[in-house]
Amino acid sequence: MPNLGKYADAVLSAYAVTLTLLAAIVLLSLWRSRRVRAELQKLEERHKSDG
Amino acid sequence: MSRASIWEYANPRTFITTTDKVLPPIAWAAAACLIVGLVWGFFFTPDDFRQGSTVKIIYLHVPAAMMAINAWLMMLVASIIWVVRRHHVSALAARAAAPVGVVMTLITLFTGAIWGEPMWGTWWAWDPRLTSFLILFLFYLGYVALWSAIENDETAADLTSILCLVGSVFALLSRYAVNFWNQGLHQGASLSLDKEENVADVFYFPLLVCIAGFVLLFLALVLMRTRTEIRARRIRAIMARERHA
Amino acid sequence: MIALLLRDLRLAIRAGGGFGLALAFFLIVTVLVPLSVGPQSDRLAIIAPGMLWLGALLACLLSLDRLFALDWEDGSLDLLATSPMPLEAVAMVKSLAHWLTTGLPLILATPVFALMLNLPGHAFSALLLSLLLGTPALSVIGAFGAALTVGLKRGGLLLSLLVLPLYVPTLVFGAEMARRAAETQTFQTPMLMLAGITCGTIALLPFASAAVLRANLR
Repeated sequence: MPNLGKYADAVLSAYAVTLTLLAAIVLLSLWRSRRVRAELQKLEERHKSDG
Repeated sequence: MSRASIWEYANPRTFITTTDKVLPPIAWAAAACLIVGLVWGFFFTPDDFRQGSTVKIIYLHVPAAMMAINAWLMMLVASIIWVVRRHHVSALAARAAAPVGVVMTLITLFTGAIWGEPMWGTWWAWDPRLTSFLILFLFYLGYVALWSAIENDETAADLTSILCLVGSVFALLSRYAVNFWNQGLHQGASLSLDKEENVADVFYFPLLVCIAGFVLLFLALVLMRTRTEIRARRIRAIMARERHA
Repeated sequence: MIALLLRDLRLAIRAGGGFGLALAFFLIVTVLVPLSVGPQSDRLAIIAPGMLWLGALLACLLSLDRLFALDWEDGSLDLLATSPMPLEAVAMVKSLAHWLTTGLPLILATPVFALMLNLPGHAFSALLLSLLLGTPALSVIGAFGAALTVGLKRGGLLLSLLVLPLYVPTLVFGAEMARRAAETQTFQTPMLMLAGITCGTIALLPFASAAVLRANLR
């Protein structure tokens, strides 16, 4: 851990905010991607079985 | 497939099969660049003699700000392509990019405020740069809200792309309006940190890696989200057909 | 075209909404300003130009959702779209009608409100000029926003979210012009910028509004 001096709070909170926001958008995108893909697969299979 | 051209990727199916191959390497490269750049920047760069350790915020603030603007530019290009050539992938890519742009703008605003507090003694000032970023954020919000408000895909794509075109002009005008308005009022706020001139090499190279990381991350997110939007649109189409049958 | 303009004006007057509501809203904003920042007249004089501009802008915004909504509901917008008159002209005429029923009354009422906010006497003409130059842009931009949200059931809030960022340049230059006049500085530059923005929006934005209306009507 580098010595951040008196600005430790500022630097750490900036990194925390950024990483949280980035993680949020990445996870949200992944989660929605997975859900939509599964739903589409289900629909298409049903269509195939319907003929 | 005889005539190779970039418009082939406008076919949703081609887009999906191509990005199947391209997306994982981009995502891994993004992760690698971000980790290397941020670790390098956070642990292995010296403190600035004036700014102390707050200079480390640059590795987040500057790339996020660049991507916030570039995301809007990408949406603008995609909107023009939709208006001119009506490729659905392009409209969906614009839609997919907007929330990523929102997040980038938020990161810029937050890290800027956190950086501003120890450096200028204030979290927020109505400086031209800060104000125009806030206005950009409002434009993003309106754009995202309009997309989610309209049910018909085609209409939503039309309306949002025109909003993006008009909004770009007005965002630019706003940028110059607030620029003008601060002149002679406050002292010219010395907030700009021109990389090429001010930042020494020790900060510059990790910054470049971070910028590459943010660009790749943006690319990966947009590709993934565009794929999701294509599939979601297909689901809606199938559902509509079922309802009619 | 003139027939459409007259019809819109007649409807607005008969419904009473356009005129009355926007003016009353402007009045309320003007009353609330001293109530919220305190009655000291020198403080009011400083913020008067900006507050009057903001009040006029919000009053303008308030009446936008009626711009196309009524015609959309009763189907006359479809008729207008199939009529020989281009939709661009329709959008233009509608904005003009909106300006005549909202912008113009607001400008006429502004001197009274400016007195209430203790605006310096020498700034009145510049404030009125800035509103005269700026409010047409507000109506035209507003018509674009109204066209975007015309098909939505509850588009009012979205309309504000879409239109307010577009109002930024007009507001900045308009209020800046009035402020400089109040502080006895020259205000030629913001005046020219304001006029330029208004001319540009009047010339170009009806095309965007018409394109949006076409997409909505399809």
